[in-house]
Amino acid sequence: MKRTKTLVVACAAVAAALSVGAGTTPAHAQGKTITLCWAAWDPANALVELSKDFTAKSGIGMKFEFVPWTNYADRFLNELNSHGSLCDLIIGDSQWIGGAAENGQYVKLNDFFKKEGISMDDYMPATVVGYSEWPKNTPNYWALPAMGDAVGWTYRKDWFARPDVQKDFKAKYGREIGVPKTLAELKDIAQFFQGREIDGKKVYGASIYTERGSEGITMGVSNYLYDYGFKYDDPKKPYAMDGFVNSANAVKGLEAYKELYKCCTPPGASNSYMSEGLDAFKSGQVALQMNFFAFFPGLYKDPNVGGDKIGFFVNPAGPAAQATQLGGQGISVVSYSKNQAEALQYIKWFSGGDVQKKWWALGGYSCAKSVLNDPSFPGSAPFAKEFLQSMGMVVDFWAEPSYAQLLQAEQKRVHDYVVADKGTAQEALDGLVKDWKAIFKEEGKKF
Amino acid sequence: MNELSASSRITYRAVMVRPSVARRVRGLSDKTLAWLFITPTIVLLLAINIFPLLWTIYLSFTNYRANRANVPTIWLGADWYQSILTDPDIWAAMQVTAHFVIWTVVIETVLGFGLAYLIDKKFRGHGMWTTIILLPMMLSPAVVGNFWTFLYQPQIGLFNYVVAFFTGRAASSFQMLGDVTLSPWAIVIVDAWMWTPYVMLICLAGLRSIPDYIYEAAEVDRASKWRQFWSITLPMALPFIMLAVLFRGIENFKMFDMVNLLTGGGPGSTTEVASITLKRAAFESWRTGYSSAFAIILFVTVFGLANIYVKALNRVKSR
Repeated sequence: MKRTKTLVVACAAVAAALSVGAGTTPAHAQGKTITLCWAAWDPANALVELSKDFTAKSGIGMKFEFVPWTNYADRFLNELNSHGSLCDLIIGDSQWIGGAAENGQYVKLNDFFKKEGISMDDYMPATVVGYSEWPKNTPNYWALPAMGDAVGWTYRKDWFARPDVQKDFKAKYGREIGVPKTLAELKDIAQFFQGREIDGKKVYGASIYTERGSEGITMGVSNYLYDYGFKYDDPKKPYAMDGFVNSANAVKGLEAYKELYKCCTPPGASNSYMSEGLDAFKSGQVALQMNFFAFFPGLYKDPNVGGDKIGFFVNPAGPAAQATQLGGQGISVVSYSKNQAEALQYIKWFSGGDVQKKWWALGGYSCAKSVLNDPSFPGSAPFAKEFLQSMGMVVDFWAEPSYAQLLQAEQKRVHDYVVADKGTAQEALDGLVKDWKAIFKEEGKKF
Repeated sequence: MNELSASSRITYRAVMVRPSVARRVRGLSDKTLAWLFITPTIVLLLAINIFPLLWTIYLSFTNYRANRANVPTIWLGADWYQSILTDPDIWAAMQVTAHFVIWTVVIETVLGFGLAYLIDKKFRGHGMWTTIILLPMMLSPAVVGNFWTFLYQPQIGLFNYVVAFFTGRAASSFQMLGDVTLSPWAIVIVDAWMWTPYVMLICLAGLRSIPDYIYEAAEVDRASKWRQFWSITLPMALPFIMLAVLFRGIENFKMFDMVNLLTGGGPGSTTEVASITLKRAAFESWRTGYSSAFAIILFVTVFGLANIYVKALNRVKSR
């Protein structure tokens, strides 16, 4: 009997506590809360800050699920493939769009855009094609361009400005040291700094992408391949890859990337991607760093290497072209979400002109023309002009439903050649064509 | 009452406390009761072991992809098996796995038995040393993989500095994880560091199970220490050593976590053990049918080898 009494008292206490809690909970928590999934990196923190305005305006609470880049694709593709409803909104990688669209994982946004007056003409064309459309170059939209990004370069401006460096460089190469205009010049600079002592510390040339596990080396080598004339397929005959993927120029591009890796990277850089590049640059190890623009606001603020010490430049030109690897993502509504109406409300809010301006100001990269075409934009940040230029010359990897397989094949072939010294560049690219053909054949593609 | 066995006493108390249950149970036969107790286990086993195995076997004959559930599943027969068994990349992964398994097992067995032999001597402080030696195996493979990547770092890694100290070679002149020649050994070293204590523990149990009187009899017969080792210690500890080899062999055949964290299979595909290849096919490429076939091939290989080995082990034990 005594135990029953105790139980009743405990239940009453819990009920009272709950009712008090409910009374003090903010208004929006009583309404809906939606979850946004993305990668764990600097722009995600900016988005958290930005989204507070959405909650204040709509009363809809925001939860965030951020996963480090190394597990980002695994985690969220698994979530989508298992029809999970964890994410109401997802900022998914550009290459996922084909699979997500064809497998019914994203909500098609055409009707919604039409109803809300959201026009894709208001966004940079490259970002619309890269982040929103499937099939590519058709008006079928599965995402709103959310985070523009591309591969760019940073350099140690303070090292370039040193009289001893300037003197030695001129003596060796017969020209002034400066921002490289071509990949050949970039290699000269990297080679010049490799093993050099600066302030009593041994430094190295460049940090480039060499990671094997996810997408690193592909995202890196592409910047060289595109510049040397590599094409994914025959522009006149889709999926016909012979002579485009493995052209003589593409082979030279792959060889040039390997040369840069061998001559001018720090020891132990055989598995480097975004974070390893940041570490190498922030710790003062390298003169040049290949990385996505998304990291540049953070680097500029870095107390050790930021401010006047850092400079930014676009991927230099190669013998055939000047292009760069597209990064960035669009924001999509997950079709398994139980809160689609609220998720769409978020997209509508996010597309607003003022929100896009604030997004850029906080450290996100807007894709809206209203922000990017503003005359004040190029001067709004030390890397804004380079970002704008890069977005005008981006090329993306395959965005086919089988992109993961295509990516894995390139990761293996390129890493085997560049890092593990297996075979020749020609063999690597011929092998890649063979792998990609097999994958497309399995997909039922005709070429 | 005093003559009742412990279990009877427990039953008696249970009957006293829960008479209604007892009444219900009283009408059941021993066989029914036995089934009643083992049914939950059987159901669980069927649900989490047997059904997935059968399902995997079925999937291995189809084109099924977990990320495209809406695509019709087509029966492919043994196509995947044929394609896997004739794929040079798969054989390369199997070779990498074989190198890893053989060398880790050999090193761990030799070192583990050696350490067990020393610890068995019960010198002063042997308890403390045993605890210290056992520490690596208590760590998570994920932690081990992560901190060894730092130890192997050419510029700041302790491992390179130790090697540099003893060889005079510059620490940053070689990279354990980025070099095609060194990386297969880098993963062997880490596994040996982590799991030698485990082998030691099993061998120690074997050594401690040898009765002292056998050594005393050998002493009386004036057998040398060397003779005692070869004729008593090693044969009597052999079943334990073989058991340790079996455990480590099976475990390392399916090694994934530590290697994935250390090298991710690289450089190139130099350390891509079979389980990494399998993971990539299953959860990155989403070739579910293909990876199911590969998983079955790996399972049959481990199962077959383990069975042959267990037969050999039984033969040794029955000697």
